Amino acid sequence: MSAPAKPLSALMPGDVSDEHAKRALLAEIDASCRVPLLFFFVSALAWLLVGTALALVSSIKLHDPAFLAECPWLTFGRVRPAHLNAVIYGWASQTGIGVTLWLMCRLCRVPFVAPGLATVAALFWNLGLSVGIVGILAGDSTSIEWLELPRYATPILFFSYALIAVWGVITFRLRRERHLYVSQWYLLAALLWFPWLYATAQILLVLEPARGVVQGAVNWWFAHNVLGLWFTPIGLGAIYYFIPKVIGRPIHSYYLSVLGFWSLALFYNWNGLHHLIGGPLPAWMITVSIVASVMMLIPVITVAINHHFTMRGHFGKLKHSPTLRFVVFGAVCYTLTSLQGVANSLRGYSEIVHFTHHTVAHAHLGVYGFFTMVMFGAMYYILPRITGREWPSLGLVSLHFWACAIGLALYVGPLSIGGILQGLAMNDATKPFADVVAGTLPYLKLRTVAGLLLGLGHVAFVANLVWMLCRVFGPYRQPVVDLITGNESPAAVGK
Amino acid sequence: MNYGPLLFLGILFTLASSWFGLVLMPNRQLGALVANTSTNDAGAVVVYPQARSGQAQQGAELYRSLGCIYCHSQQVRPEGFGADIARGWGKRRSVSRDYIYEPTVMLGTSRTGPDLTNIGERQSSAEWHLTHLYDPRITSKGSIMPPHPFLFEKRRIGAGGASTNALKLSGAFAVAAGFEVVPRPEARQLVEYLRSLKTSFDLPEAHLPKKESGDDANAKAAK
Repeated sequence: MSAPAKPLSALMPGDVSDEHAKRALLAEIDASCRVPLLFFFVSALAWLLVGTALALVSSIKLHDPAFLAECPWLTFGRVRPAHLNAVIYGWASQTGIGVTLWLMCRLCRVPFVAPGLATVAALFWNLGLSVGIVGILAGDSTSIEWLELPRYATPILFFSYALIAVWGVITFRLRRERHLYVSQWYLLAALLWFPWLYATAQILLVLEPARGVVQGAVNWWFAHNVLGLWFTPIGLGAIYYFIPKVIGRPIHSYYLSVLGFWSLALFYNWNGLHHLIGGPLPAWMITVSIVASVMMLIPVITVAINHHFTMRGHFGKLKHSPTLRFVVFGAVCYTLTSLQGVANSLRGYSEIVHFTHHTVAHAHLGVYGFFTMVMFGAMYYILPRITGREWPSLGLVSLHFWACAIGLALYVGPLSIGGILQGLAMNDATKPFADVVAGTLPYLKLRTVAGLLLGLGHVAFVANLVWMLCRVFGPYRQPVVDLITGNESPAAVGK
Repeated sequence: MNYGPLLFLGILFTLASSWFGLVLMPNRQLGALVANTSTNDAGAVVVYPQARSGQAQQGAELYRSLGCIYCHSQQVRPEGFGADIARGWGKRRSVSRDYIYEPTVMLGTSRTGPDLTNIGERQSSAEWHLTHLYDPRITSKGSIMPPHPFLFEKRRIGAGGASTNALKLSGAFAVAAGFEVVPRPEARQLVEYLRSLKTSFDLPEAHLPKKESGDDANAKAAK
């Protein structure tokens, strides 16, 4: 199908009847996203590989402590935070920003505003992060969980982020579509919440540290909200977009999406202090967080019902669409990790699993099973559209999915159980600590195997992308019928 | 929900609520805690907590830099909640006041290794700590803690004979004949910090368990 040129001015809000004009606009938007999005996605994937390597080194060290022990740069206590920051700020945040920018352009029906500015933002983000990760390995980590990047690196990241948030608000203001789709609520919220969280935490923990355990409160208010108010809304925004888009049918219930969004906004940001159950803080603070954590059942179940009923009758499409497969996998993991999170926040359960590897498994179910998988799905959809080239190998797509899915199951399942056993043993004072440690070893070894599988999946994905980007021959074309998703129904909800 | 400003206000209001509740309020409640002054059994005035000495504080910086927090917590949970006190990790639960002089509060969220709130009390020997840091498996069989050889210097034994502060290494951990392993200043600083970790001070909000009176002890023995 060739898209006849039509002046953009003809495409006033509401003028969606003209299919050709709509497609021309989409093509224009996608093309305008190419440079900044490719920058974000490619550098995100580079950080994913770095983060995976650091993860493997940390994982091996936990069952083979003599591994690479001579070098202080590679001691466990530095490699582990380097891994966390590489995957959180390098991979997850950058790919999340990329997906957010694209969704915002598409849903607001605005071609990318000032792509050069966003590219500069991406450049600074990577610069700040590189400086920060090297800083952590060199020994300048703050040892404040999720905020380890040294203070000389974070202003660079913040500057970059400010550009992105301003971009988001401008694009939102310029929107030509009056109707706000549910994804936009989540994305706008994420863009506005993150700088507030980050600035508060940086000031009260790193620049002008608060007194005593107030730091603990701020630390976990921040760290939990990075998940709850940054990754979760971006991930849910993407799920709300891609499921209806790929299966070509609207979201099951508008009202459930309203309830899901506002209950998440109201409750999630109060959750953080359940990380300090049993800790040296006044009981009311921790109790408030436990209550809010239990209230999370409302948004989680609401969203799960909404997504499930949207998908009902269309599960067969999982076979043909990688985007759908990854996104639905992520949506299921979101429900599972959230329910696990509610359980973890209860005092009786926390007494056992707090301080154990169970928490690590839980974090990976969330950041990997949910967020990362949804982002992979989104990239499978977006990259062919912004580059005009198809994914070269469906075999690599399959390898990617199954290596990651099996790797994740092998990671989260056994380590969750191992963590419970570790906690039970630790709470039995008659059991020597060395026995507790010995009991965790099989699970820690299995984790390394799981990590290798995840790494294999990442390499498959990156190989496919590199192959795709190398296909410089042939003209740029807007894919009309997408080989990956099977179809792009014009009737799909969203734009 | 097509009204942008309403969405915008809702987004700001929701986060403002927890910012108020979990950032501002804790600061108001705990931000001005001061040290406690009491008199001990011997009648001496005890001020607790106190800021660390220079060398121990340098050690705290190393603890931060080496990321010890990723496996070691520094918080004792209350009696009956977990087995922290039963394991001897502390005589009483940790409370907010314990941390008022910590530049960076390192409560920790993982116990891949044991809690260190009172490690200075539980293990006061500097020699033990140095050997343990050099290779934890010398002192603790089955430990998965990383060795820290980079905090030590392996050098040829000089003409004057072995250094007095050389580690006593034997068996599988022995170094080649004619060589010795001596701690660098960093190792000593870190050990000073570890030895400074002790919280067995009575506080009005967290009393130490009362010493058993003669009658109680007799009653217990009779059981």
